Amino acid sequence: MLTKRIIACLDVDGGRVVKGVKFLNLRDAGDPAELALAHSEAGADEIVLLDISATAEKRKTLLETVRRTARQLFIPFTVGGGIRSLEDASSVFDAGADKVSLNSAAVANPELITQIAERFGSQAAIVAIDAKKMNAPGSYQVFVAGGRTATGRDACDWAREAEARGAGEILLTSMDRDGTGAGFDCELTRMISTSVRIPVIASGGAGSAAHFADVFRDGHADAALAASILHYGITKLGDLKQELAAAGIPMRWPC
Amino acid sequence: MSIAIVDYGAGNLTSVNKAFDCLGHEAFITADAETVHRADRIVVPGVGHFTATASIDSTGLRAAIESAIQRGTPVLGICLGMQWMFASSAEASGLKGLGIFSGECEHFPSTVKSPHVGWNQLCCTQISKLFAKLEPGPFVYFTHSYRAPIDEYTVARCEYGGEFSAAVERDNVFGVQFHPEKSGTAGIKLLEAFCNLSC
Repeated sequence: MLTKRIIACLDVDGGRVVKGVKFLNLRDAGDPAELALAHSEAGADEIVLLDISATAEKRKTLLETVRRTARQLFIPFTVGGGIRSLEDASSVFDAGADKVSLNSAAVANPELITQIAERFGSQAAIVAIDAKKMNAPGSYQVFVAGGRTATGRDACDWAREAEARGAGEILLTSMDRDGTGAGFDCELTRMISTSVRIPVIASGGAGSAAHFADVFRDGHADAALAASILHYGITKLGDLKQELAAAGIPMRWPC
Repeated sequence: MSIAIVDYGAGNLTSVNKAFDCLGHEAFITADAETVHRADRIVVPGVGHFTATASIDSTGLRAAIESAIQRGTPVLGICLGMQWMFASSAEASGLKGLGIFSGECEHFPSTVKSPHVGWNQLCCTQISKLFAKLEPGPFVYFTHSYRAPIDEYTVARCEYGGEFSAAVERDNVFGVQFHPEKSGTAGIKLLEAFCNLSC
């Protein structure tokens, strides 16, 4: 049976892993290569590295960080943040990434999804959507530029368009839940997951094993992402997977 | 020992190369038929659309691989590379595969999400040279929309909207639908077994 994936996410700024709450108040959480390997050995099914560097100077270190992280990693490895062209994507793949995650650049230039999918395959093109709940019931809007800019676009419509343009997976982050540990947004995840036929990775709000069980069952997520909950050792990956397996969620465990 | 990773323009080959590096073997990415023919091991990787395999024909790589197989060189197809070892694929019905394994690759049924992405468990059904040192029923990483049928040479099956061939083995020709280079310890052990084959 196809298992539900637990994906460890590393937010990287200038070569270091950082983590904030609702996209703000960043603090240092360690070296990306070391953390990626530790997560992989602990049972992570996949690693996502998101470069959140704001300056060009800090971005230069990204490829070296990707290379160093990929070297000893033999599970799927996704890199996102600041990928604006086919050339940017190519250099990240050359450095050892298996997939790229596109966010703001895909909204600004949706053709980029198709270009990457045609050159590297759909499985290598992930579209990341940062969504925020609006006042109208069941309404979520897409935000870009690290959650700073509203696009006026509906999250469901954008997910469908991304799929049609060749995206292989959707990485869906609830801005309202990011870093809060209050649980995933199951309503948002279910809405997107039932609107597209490609896998949806739920992100934002992981705080306990029960939250993961909820988003896999009620949210119909194919995978779920966790960052702070793992870095600071609050939840050991092995314990998390064991608990989920015991609750009847198909897991790659033992691995 | 030289390991040729065949580059026919189907995706990113860095990860496959890196896995052999980690095992201490000298692997190289090449599109040159003569270099492929001379190698001690041949890996046919690839992701993406079956039409990409057309360039294996147009560049003389097919003849080089066929002749190497005749000579007994171990050949491993990964993902699209494995599907190419079958007779054909519904994804590009005009193209001919290598035909070492029989049947046509087909799309997953509409009852399941496609592509099949993630870790799934294998059911090893026959004695296999590649799986000999692995735990039974390993979890491995897949990402594909088309699947190969069960053949008499199928050594591992997988279930997703019905059973399909996850690994095939016939003399010195091997194919795996999953990505051993992305399947953690199990995948690395499998690649090591391929490097250590005595056939």
